[in-house]
Amino acid sequence: MEFLIELLISAMIVVGGVFALVGSFGLSKLPDLMARLHAPTKATTLGIGGMLIASILYFAFIERTLSVHELLITIFLFLVAPVTAYLVAKTHLHKNRDRQDTAQFQLPPPAGTHKAGWATFNKSEKQSRTEIR
Amino acid sequence: MIEYATYFGFISIGLAVLMNLHRLIVGPDSINRILALDTLTINTIALFILFGIWQGSSTNFEAALLFAMVGFITTVAFCKYLLRGDIIE
Amino acid sequence: MIRKVFPHPIMTAVLTLVWMMLMNAFTPATFVLGLILGIILPILTSCFWPDRPTIRNPLKVAEYIIVVLYDIVVANVQVAYLILFRRNRDLRSRFFTVPLEIRTPEAIAILAGTITMTPGTVSSDISTDGKSLLVHGLNVTDEQETVTGIKSRYEKRLKDIFE
Repeated sequence: MEFLIELLISAMIVVGGVFALVGSFGLSKLPDLMARLHAPTKATTLGIGGMLIASILYFAFIERTLSVHELLITIFLFLVAPVTAYLVAKTHLHKNRDRQDTAQFQLPPPAGTHKAGWATFNKSEKQSRTEIR
Repeated sequence: MIEYATYFGFISIGLAVLMNLHRLIVGPDSINRILALDTLTINTIALFILFGIWQGSSTNFEAALLFAMVGFITTVAFCKYLLRGDIIE
Repeated sequence: MIRKVFPHPIMTAVLTLVWMMLMNAFTPATFVLGLILGIILPILTSCFWPDRPTIRNPLKVAEYIIVVLYDIVVANVQVAYLILFRRNRDLRSRFFTVPLEIRTPEAIAILAGTITMTPGTVSSDISTDGKSLLVHGLNVTDEQETVTGIKSRYEKRLKDIFE
């Protein structure tokens, strides 16, 4: 039993390390920022998640103390990763808004028939109304 | 066995940090550098956790938690600054 | 009256639990202090949360969480494969639009977060009328298939939960 738990903890640490490494490798290898964004948000977050789970198991079964801080860190990182990715993508689009004629920055139009733009470039009706006021 | 696994973890996180530094130095513009910095913070949290397992002490978790929060706020503040030229509106 | 004291009962419960976890002690003392924080904070921040979302089906929430966690693991293996064994010029990464059927802001926020965490897609913007999401895919071969996948797997479940 002891051996199985040690094996599980070691496997979690190794898998976490590999995923963190793959995430950073993607960050340094992929060609442009939007593609690079995929690697840290997914691979690195899951890598850290695996290590934190290993840490919970280690302290629960080997040190015999219950520690729930790791769970808080895991939940926090998983909730925060999409927000970071969204903000970075938004900043990237905003900075390159003058280069929309190049293929890399060409955005598809929003769905629907009537006129609407993307929130980064166009103000919504509500916003422009409050500004006039 | 856990000891060898933590050594492996240390090595892979170290390599990951080196790759992040490469992106931080090379990165064509500021947004790439922000992304590299964010990844660097997350990797540092992993180092804290691994060090905690290696030492068998749970005193590092407050530091890891603070690092997670401060790292997130830093990224948001940098992005806000680039977007608006101002952090608190 | 009870609405004034507890503007968001779920938030009160979550805050109490998080405080107890932060203290790393599940004793009556931390529970009472957590409960005090859990009552004060929602009242102080209630101007940021004007209306409360209704959750129709708590069982579906658990199902959704399990589906998303499973997809996160699968997504990571796929993305790791793409990063390691695909040359950069063979990657077909591009933007595409996902039309939305859900209208609740909370549901749209959760959908955007889910899209970011799952297979090779990052949500990067919303349209001004709130009816479509701008999504970037790392390797999209069939755009239509990806969109229907997102809609049937996540949006339908969120619609059941929130609307």
